[in-house]
Amino acid sequence: MTGQFLLSLISGIFIGGVAGFLGSLMLSKRMALAAGPLGHLALPGIALALIYGFDISLGAFPFVILGVVLIWFLERKTRLPMEALTAVVFATGVAIAFFFLPIDQAEAALVGDISKIQLNEAIYSVILCALIFIICQKIYPSITLINVSEDLAKARKIDVKKYNLIYLLLVALIVALGVKIVGGLLTAAIVAIPAASSRNLAKNLAQYKLLSLSFGAISAAVGISLSKGTTLPAGPLIIVFSAFIFLISMIFQRGK
Amino acid sequence: MKNTILKVKNLNVELEGEKILEELSFEVEEGEVLAILGPNGAGKTVLLKTLLSLLPYQGEIEWKEGVEIGYVPQRLPFIKDVPLSVKEFFDLGKIPINETKGILKSIGLKEGILKKKIGDLSSGQFQRILIGWALSSKPKVLLFDEPLTGIDIGGQETVYNLLEKLRKENNLTILFVTHELSIVYSLADRIICLNKRMLCSGVPKEILTPERISDLYSGQVKFYQHRHLDDGTVSP
Repeated sequence: MTGQFLLSLISGIFIGGVAGFLGSLMLSKRMALAAGPLGHLALPGIALALIYGFDISLGAFPFVILGVVLIWFLERKTRLPMEALTAVVFATGVAIAFFFLPIDQAEAALVGDISKIQLNEAIYSVILCALIFIICQKIYPSITLINVSEDLAKARKIDVKKYNLIYLLLVALIVALGVKIVGGLLTAAIVAIPAASSRNLAKNLAQYKLLSLSFGAISAAVGISLSKGTTLPAGPLIIVFSAFIFLISMIFQRGK
Repeated sequence: MKNTILKVKNLNVELEGEKILEELSFEVEEGEVLAILGPNGAGKTVLLKTLLSLLPYQGEIEWKEGVEIGYVPQRLPFIKDVPLSVKEFFDLGKIPINETKGILKSIGLKEGILKKKIGDLSSGQFQRILIGWALSSKPKVLLFDEPLTGIDIGGQETVYNLLEKLRKENNLTILFVTHELSIVYSLADRIICLNKRMLCSGVPKEILTPERISDLYSGQVKFYQHRHLDDGTVSP
């Protein structure tokens, strides 16, 4: 087991786990797919990072923030359905990226490449993941209440706008980190699939949170390990294994 | 002695360019049960939400100082999107477990329900949980949106009884919105008839003449005057 492999494995487990955890909140907010357009919107940033040789999460982040601001703005100012925004943003992000995405590195941009992660990148990824986890855990009850009923939350004097903003910033961060392991195309999957599997099985909120986190982390670990043994890219392997867990969760859901 | 807990004066609410409530003025006394009656789209729910400061408004809404308000919403359509046990639902309101247990007792539910998933409750149980949740902030006033919607007849009876009991035990002031006349007769001290504007207000027996109800609902509902029998049942 090489040091490089360990680095990518640890970073993958942290990012995958925290993405699954945050995904559980996004799913109950009926926003699980929002990570999709955000990831796609990040593609031009990823392309720039690949051209100029800097960290792709760093390239992705400003674009994701732009997307978050868009969502935040549209949620407040218009009643435009999320699908409309998704359709516009999805396509625009991909289209722009293809103007200047170096074609030999397209795979890393589209489906991620965690195998060459540098030590410093791994360290800040792990630290950021820990931070996202702690903040997410802290805002979890209030956001859940907001998801259940904004009116109830407001009647309890919870500052809905503030919590939504913090939550969206966390989403932006996890998408920017997520593109490292699954690229711009697949980010929706690392937040949505573990949470969906978890919801099939969970009897309560505590289980839902724990299973979302675990499924995310396990999928990342298995995907990265399988990639080491084969020549297949880790990102798609992570998603396929995650979908496999989802299938199994469907079978067990029936017996419930 | 009059002890006013809520004063509403010239209340106007406009949402997305549409006038929902116009020039409402009324007062509520402490310990009173006020029914807000009106057809669908009359602005009943909007009135409750406005009283909770959830919506923007013009005019005056003046609650007695420091009064705590509990809110029981009509439905929570999204709650089944979250796997949530009853205990965890109370946890979301940061309600200590001992208090939760006390509340369960007062709303007539056993502690065993704490482990149940919210999605698996009957509509009557869920309604009571929502009432319990609203009670956890130890309110002096309860705002209640459509207490009987989606609850079967047996369940409706227990919701009445529960509200009556809570009112006596806690000296609650209750404002509830409904389009069901039966609960108005059995529970309300006073009525406001609403259809964007205030159409009438007063004591149920005096106000609710068949003509007036027909005006209010434009012939949408049939009118029965419920008569309470000695054995506690209600006959049409």
